[in-house]
Amino acid sequence: MDNKGSRLWYLLLLVPFVAMAWVSSYNKAEPAWAGIPFFYWYQLLWIWIGSALTLVVYFATRRHHD
Amino acid sequence: MPIDWTALVIFVLLFALITVLGFLAGRWRKGDLDLIAEWGLAGSRFGTVVTWFLLGGDLYTAYTFIAVPALAFGAGAIAFFAVPYTIMVYPFVFVVFPRMWSVARNNGYITASDFVRGRYGSRWLALAVAITGIVATMPYIALQLVGIQVVIAGLGIEGVGWLADLPLIIAFVILAAFTYSSGLRAPAAIAIVKDTLIWITVIAAVVWIPIKLGGYGAIFAAVPQGKLLLPAAMANSAFPYSAYFTLALGSALALFLYPHAMTGVLSASSRGAVSRNAALLPAYSFLLALIALLGFMALAIGVDKAPEFAAFAKEYPRNFAVPALFISVFPSWFVGVAFAAVAIGALVPAAIMSIAAANLWTRNIYREFINPACTPAQEGQMAKVVSLVVKFGALVFIVFIPLQYAINLQLLGGVWIIQTLPAVIIGLYTRWFHEKALFIGWLVGIVAGTAMAAAQGFSPIYPLVIGGLSLPSYTAFTTLVLNFAVAIVLTPVFNALGGARGMDETQAHHYG
Repeated sequence: MDNKGSRLWYLLLLVPFVAMAWVSSYNKAEPAWAGIPFFYWYQLLWIWIGSALTLVVYFATRRHHD
Repeated sequence: MPIDWTALVIFVLLFALITVLGFLAGRWRKGDLDLIAEWGLAGSRFGTVVTWFLLGGDLYTAYTFIAVPALAFGAGAIAFFAVPYTIMVYPFVFVVFPRMWSVARNNGYITASDFVRGRYGSRWLALAVAITGIVATMPYIALQLVGIQVVIAGLGIEGVGWLADLPLIIAFVILAAFTYSSGLRAPAAIAIVKDTLIWITVIAAVVWIPIKLGGYGAIFAAVPQGKLLLPAAMANSAFPYSAYFTLALGSALALFLYPHAMTGVLSASSRGAVSRNAALLPAYSFLLALIALLGFMALAIGVDKAPEFAAFAKEYPRNFAVPALFISVFPSWFVGVAFAAVAIGALVPAAIMSIAAANLWTRNIYREFINPACTPAQEGQMAKVVSLVVKFGALVFIVFIPLQYAINLQLLGGVWIIQTLPAVIIGLYTRWFHEKALFIGWLVGIVAGTAMAAAQGFSPIYPLVIGGLSLPSYTAFTTLVLNFAVAIVLTPVFNALGGARGMDETQAHHYG
């Protein structure tokens, strides 16, 4: 069973929720990237950040998953 | 539109391929298909990779592929709530669903309702969860048919009277037959073909169409200013941010409560396969975001102004956008591939949904309330027959009832299914909630959610006002909060009233 230290890794998973809840931070056109407004590329980027964070937590708490 | 014969031939060939595959799938990782756990859960034999294809094919439905870009096409930025929705769903799945998998494996559960029955010892709370699952799933199956209808119309096939629905009926008879004979193995095998076709189609679209139109800059430049971003916030109002975020969060919390998602999770062969999929499934989220952009590409290419699509647009307003885009930019043979991807994309979730609904009916209504003494063979046979009934019901719905009803009911389905969250998800962690309090919370959530949605003419957003602040929010989310509030207040009341709590047959180590 895991200890307190490895449980803390799960807090990382709250980060995407906070980022997505703060809608006013990304409801804008600038800075655009290659003609793509901020609103779009920023949310696309968060798909990968969210996936990466989940992978980090998976490897950090791996014992708990197998 | 005239019939595009090249596209049609490719379409029919691919459809024939998955038909054969669907029937052969019964022999894959062989098991006794007369048993419900084999037919309806494929004996929980799927590893990480098959589960990834299965869940991807299951959750990203044909209706999604048509409706999300159609919403972007018609309403703009708000359609992209689907992106934060999928960003939030997988961390949630990662934390919660390995526990669900473990407790189900340790106790032989095949539905969420099985778990609630075992955890709370309350057959009535379990019945509430089962009925909610079945009722929320039915319109969802019906909407899968819309995906098939739109691409069949896009191929130029028209008919009068009952002939108009003939291709749809053929597709559904094929679906019903292979689901009956092969169970969950059929959609799992077909999902691998479906997902591959979808990936090829979307990657081709997001590479080729911008090249043709002069880059992404040109595509976004063609989107009207009013559609490009969410409207600016107003004084004393959280609109549109509260609406955008609660739509995403409410949808994320609801998704894995749907029976078809639960079936996908429980068919995994290990707890680790569930965890790993929570990290790997976001690849489909990215795909979905690209698909949403197809709506803007359709705007940029002007499918709404093209005279050849006028009749198509009239029959399938907004939903015609993506098929019309493909016809405009792709060679005929690839239109056939893309349309087959959508139509096959409808069959996978429709099959899994009907299996999941059949599992719920058989396990949690038939065996629990009607024939507790049924043999395993009777149980398996009942599930197979019910999967046919469910699909036939969906077909009748689409053929005879206006489409708007199915759309409204599917929206209500989201409001309903989320009301099972306190019992199902919180139940994985604690039995603090009293089962009677959970039942009343569920009932209040269902009644309030239905009334609120009906009052808003089935718009998903309810104009909530709290203390002078306007907080327009997704009805499912608002009523979930209400549901929790009721359950929290009533739990101490029922505890004080005394009386025995239901028995918990699960043990701490069952949750892993």
